[in-house]
Parts: sequence; C-alpha cells; structure tokens
Amino acid sequence: MNIIKNRYIYFGISLLVIIPGIIALIIWQLPLGIDFTGGSLLEIRFDTGTPLSSEQVAGIYADNSTPGASIADPIIQPLGTDSLSIRSKVMTDATKSEIVTSIQELQGGAVTVLHFTQVSAAVGKEVATRAAGAVALAALAILIYISYAFRGVQHAIRYGTAAIIAMLHDVLVVVGFEAIAGHFWGWEADSLFLTALLTVIGFSVHDSIVVFDRIRENSNHYKKISYKTLVNHSIVQTLDRSINTQLTVMLTLLALALFGGSTILHFVVILLVGVFSGTYSSIFNAAPILVVWENKEWLAWFKRKPSVAAE
Amino acid sequence: MNRRPYVMLALILVLIAFALWIDLSNQITILNPFNQKSLIDRNVSIRLGLDLRGGLQTLLEADLPAETTVSSDDLNIARQILENRSNALGVSEVVMQVAPPRRIVAEFPGISNPEDVVTSLQKTGLLEFVDTGTERLNPGTVIQTDFGTDGAVSPTNTPDSTLTPTAEATATSDAAPTEVPAQTAPVIYHTVMTGTALDTVTVTQGATGQYQIAFTLKSDSKQLFADFTGSHVNQILAIVLDKTVISSPSIDSAITDGAGVITGSFTLEAANSLAIQLRYGSLPIPIKVVESRTVGPTLGQESVQKSLFAGIIGFIVIIIFMMLYYRLPGALAVLALIVYTMTSLMLFKLVPVVLTLPGIAGFILSIGMAVDANILIFERLKEELRAGRTLHQAIDLGWSRAWPSIRDSNFATLITCGILFWFGNAFGASLVKGFSLTLALGVLVSLFTAISVTRTFLHVVLDNLKITEHPRWFGL
Repeated sequence: MNIIKNRYIYFGISLLVIIPGIIALIIWQLPLGIDFTGGSLLEIRFDTGTPLSSEQVAGIYADNSTPGASIADPIIQPLGTDSLSIRSKVMTDATKSEIVTSIQELQGGAVTVLHFTQVSAAVGKEVATRAAGAVALAALAILIYISYAFRGVQHAIRYGTAAIIAMLHDVLVVVGFEAIAGHFWGWEADSLFLTALLTVIGFSVHDSIVVFDRIRENSNHYKKISYKTLVNHSIVQTLDRSINTQLTVMLTLLALALFGGSTILHFVVILLVGVFSGTYSSIFNAAPILVVWENKEWLAWFKRKPSVAAE
Repeated sequence: MNRRPYVMLALILVLIAFALWIDLSNQITILNPFNQKSLIDRNVSIRLGLDLRGGLQTLLEADLPAETTVSSDDLNIARQILENRSNALGVSEVVMQVAPPRRIVAEFPGISNPEDVVTSLQKTGLLEFVDTGTERLNPGTVIQTDFGTDGAVSPTNTPDSTLTPTAEATATSDAAPTEVPAQTAPVIYHTVMTGTALDTVTVTQGATGQYQIAFTLKSDSKQLFADFTGSHVNQILAIVLDKTVISSPSIDSAITDGAGVITGSFTLEAANSLAIQLRYGSLPIPIKVVESRTVGPTLGQESVQKSLFAGIIGFIVIIIFMMLYYRLPGALAVLALIVYTMTSLMLFKLVPVVLTLPGIAGFILSIGMAVDANILIFERLKEELRAGRTLHQAIDLGWSRAWPSIRDSNFATLITCGILFWFGNAFGASLVKGFSLTLALGVLVSLFTAISVTRTFLHVVLDNLKITEHPRWFGL
C-alpha cells in the first residue's frame, strides 16, 4: 500500500471537504449560541403533545416586549415533536413567568419548562474571547510538547507543525460542518460545541503522535531507506491500530448518538465528525506533510512540471 | 517461573475488592476497633450535576464599575451570606463557589421555582448607612451614593472633641413618612458604612412596649460609628438597601459602645422585616445576575437513563469487537476494561467528581481511549509474534515498544483537558469542567489498566494454560 505516492489525491479530498465548509462559514457564518452572544433560551415541552405555532409564540413574546427590554422577534425552533426552543434577548424573570403562563393559557394544557438559560451579553463576549484563547493555547501547548517529545529526531519542529496543520484541518472540518448544520438544522455553537472541538483537537493530535512515534522508531532501525519509504512504511504499520481505535471510539459515539437522547446529540455528532476527520488527517495529511516538507516540494508547485503528483 | 505477575495480580485483586466496596456503597463508615469511634465517615454516593437532576445555576457578578477591583475577601463574604440566605429560603444542598476576580457561581439543585429564588437573591442586596444631613428621605426614595464609585468606603473619620459618652445611646426613627422637599438635581450622598459593619440585629420591645430594633457593631466599626454619630447628632442616618431608602432614623446622640437601637412607631411585622433586611441584606458588594440556567427535573432523569443505556450498548459493542478481532488478548482486555470502569467509578465517588451529561460522555469517550492503549499494545504483540519471538518476549517487547506512543498521545489529551478545565473554571461552566475532569481521570486510569492490568492478566494466563501452540488464539 502506498499512501505517500498518492498524497496529493488525499490532500485534494481534504480540500473537497474543507472548502464547502469555508464557503458556508463566509456566507452563513458560524451560528453562535447564547453562550457566546448573550440572550435567553427557553425550551418548553407541551404535555399535550401539540406545540403552539411559531406565530402564536412570537405573538406572546411581542405582547411582553417593552421598548426598554425588547424581546420581540424571537427565533423559534421545534425540538422533537412536542417541544419548542425559543431564543430571544435577555428578559426579566417576571417576564419569563408571564410568557410561560400565557403559553399555557393559549395552549389550554400544561407545559413543562425543560431549560431556561440567560446569559448577559458581556459574559457571552468574554466567553467567546476566552474560547478563542483556549483553542490557541491548546495548539501552542501541543506544538511545544511534540517538539519536546521528538527532540531526538531531526527537524523535531516539523512534527509539531505537521500535527498542528492536521489539527487545523480537523478544526476547519468541524467548524465548517457546524456552519452548514447551523444553516439547515438550526444548530448553534454553544460551550458544549467548544468542548467537542477541543476534544477533537486532542484526539487528532493523539492519532498523529501514534504515526509519528512509528516514524521516530523506524528511523533508528532503517538508516538506508528513503524518507518517503520510511514514512509510508510507518503509516502502513500503524494502519490497523488507527482504524481499530477509530472504530471503537466511533462505535461508542454512535451508541451515544442513537440512544443518548436529544440533549447530547449535537455534541456527539460533532465528536463523530471530528474523530473521523482526526484519523483521516493523521494518516493522510500529517505524515505526508512531513514528506512534502522534507522534499521541499512547494518549490515545484509553481513550476510547469507536472511531476509532483506522478512521483 | 517469574513471580512478579502474581504479585501484581494480588494487588489488582485487592484494588478490585476495594473498588467494588466503594462502588456499591453510598456511605463509608470505619470504626476504630478500640473505642468504637468512627475514623472515617464519608458520603460516597454519586453526585449528579444540575443538568442531570434538574435545578438552577446562576452566575453572579459584582455590580461595580469594571475598573474597580473586588477584593477576594468581599467576594467570599458575599458568597457566605448568599449561601445563608438561600438556606434560609429552604433550598438545600446549595453549592456556591467564588469564581475570581468578581463572580460567584451558585447552584440550586432540584428546585422547582427558580424565579422565586433568583428574585429573593436579587432583592436582598447592598445595605448602606447613608449620611443625608438634615434631609429626611421617604422610604422608597431611590438615591445615589458614593459607595463603589471610588472602590471603597472612605469614611469621614474626623475625631470630635465635643463627643460625650452617654449611658443610653439611642437613635430614633420616624417610620411614618414626613414631608420631603421636591427633588432637584441628583445628589450623591455619602455612605458612612455598609451592612458588613453590623454584628447582631434583634427585635426588642422598649420600656413602653413599642417595638424597636437593637443592633451591635463589629469591633472594627465601633470607632467609626462613634465618631460619625458624635459629630452628626440630630442629623439623619438613612438606612438604604440597594440604593432605596428603607428607613430614615435621626441620630439622637453619639453611639460610642457600638450598640444602639432604632426606635419608631414600628409594628412587630415592620420591625421584623427591617431586622431581616439589616441582618441578611448586608452584602459587602452589590451583586447582579449575569447568567442563569434552569433545567427541568424530567429532562435530567431522561438524560441519565438514556446515556446509561447508550453507555452499556457501547460497552457491549466494544466487547464483541475486541473478542472477535483480538481473540484471547481481546478477552483479557475486556476484563481489564471492567477493572478500568470499576476503578474510574470509585475515583468519581471518592474525589468526588460531579457527574454531568458531558461528563458521562467524557467517561464513555475515555473507555474508547482505554481500548486504544490495548489495541496499540496488541498490534505490537502481533508484530513481535510474527517476527518469531517467544510469547513472553513478545509480550514484554510489545509493551515496551507501544509505551512511547501511548505516553505521548495521552499526554497530549491531558494537555487539552487541562486547558478545558481552566476555561470551564473561569465561567463556572460546570459542564465543560465536568467533561475535562472525567476525561482526564479516565485517561490516567486507562494508562494504569492498559500497562499493568492487561499485561498481568496475559502473563498469568500464559503461564497456566500452556497455549503457546495456539497462534490462532492471538488472532494471527
């Protein structure tokens, strides 16, 4: 099996996945939840099984809206068949009770408040800033750690950089996926999304390190073979493990997605996408990048010679 | 014969027994056999987070200008007072944590009336004693004070030579509203002291049977109060709660011993209400709610059941996969996985880790990672066997060669966990915190079980079953 030979095909596949996500990000942007923007989120279950229509709920919100504290034009989404999720600006607790009572009266049956969350805009902004800091810090810490762990190998910093590029690949896949899912299914990036994203980062690096570790070990055993062959050999040797590990993690995640209930579905699906991407990027991106770097192939990218892919 | 695996096996069995004991009990009590006094008495039941049992989580913030630094002492006192106050409301198991520099996370498990709790917490806020000169303000008047604008109370600490100690220090209040001059430009009044200066507040009856409120001051505020009342006799010292005047007593004479009474035409009810406001309203800093999350109890119960079910399904799938693909070592790895699960659960109960929904997800994920360590080792084991090594050699080589990758990859996960924990800690985002904590614990335990438990099991089984001639048992 020669993975390195086809490296540009695999890079192409990555781009095919990432580019639509980036376009979605540019056009629709990442749908940030109230954790990051501030606001109020009310999730209500209608015990009779039939929720009010969006217009009816919007009407109730409009009735309770005041010029000083406007909560008109809420974003209303169905949640399963019997529940609604209603997002608006921050409201007082009295207003919230008022709204729940009005909904109950209009519906004519009991309703259950599943969730009610309010985040002030200032806190939301701070969380968003800090979240970006958390991702950057994680990347930096991992880069430093890998460079340290591979200090015995030539060009240790390349390994760290390649792992970070593979990690960025996974971040882009997950964030792009979220943007698309946000547009079509109304998903919102909340602090759980951030948790999933950081886990994916950890996983991605985890996978890359396993492959790199094999390269590190093999480079001590086989001094004569080319770097390209060495990397390919290492990838193939760890392939069984990579696939099996991915399989077990994805099977558990799948069980969570199928049976874990709606509360964590979003979280688990993001993890599924990210873990899949993480394994892909460690095999088909991280290690091949080392070869590209070793050969300084970018020098050939801008020349006419179509030799690179055929190599 | 190598004895080391058997020593390890014995240790592992002890661990299993201990883990089982903790896992199956809710309360641990160990009595000293000599005097029957309890040595250890600990509640080790599983603690469920708010998202699983329902309840309210709020993030409270010091309502002071951003440039004002909030001292951690003030924040801690406010936390203590809020905790007392919510206990007084009959809400049990309230958890309040200070999230420096200026926030408090408050969790109220299992409550069904979040609005009421939040309202009562917000209602009782900052109590100030305000110098309004000779101006008697009506109760209900909203005023501005200088407290908090310059960061701290800067009391007028002017020693007064005319101060004469009196045997009976009394401040009388006119609870009945009196005429107030029309408001002109907003006046900023001076705050003499805040409610933190109060030590005790009680409702008593005066000589003629009228209700009054007796108070004593903490020793460090006595001098300040004595100086102020001495120099402002016959002036008004308004009691102001959250910038709203609740009473405007006048100073009849200097109060030098730190104990005084507020008199007036109080009904018992009015006196009690004022006393409660004085007692519990004495937050050192004003507080506002910046975030609140309510989870209904039904959703939580459903989530627990569903994710437990999902976890069991996931576990079974892993068992089937490991046994089919890795045969005998796979079966042993499954045993190690069970040890892993028991040990993790024991740690969750002992630490204790508050289990949240993402926490459970983190735990299930860590099972996946625990399997990964085993897979890494088994793949290596197979390779070494194919290279023609003897079984015992292959086992030891497999472990020692797989170790660097297990160590480095898990360390990277631990780094991410640490950063997540830091992120979650700053915002009282207990969901994020719970996830990182369970994942990190899971990773650590999985390192232990993969390295020592699986390996020991393999050695012991190989010693006793003489299966060297069955390569198929190893999936070769």
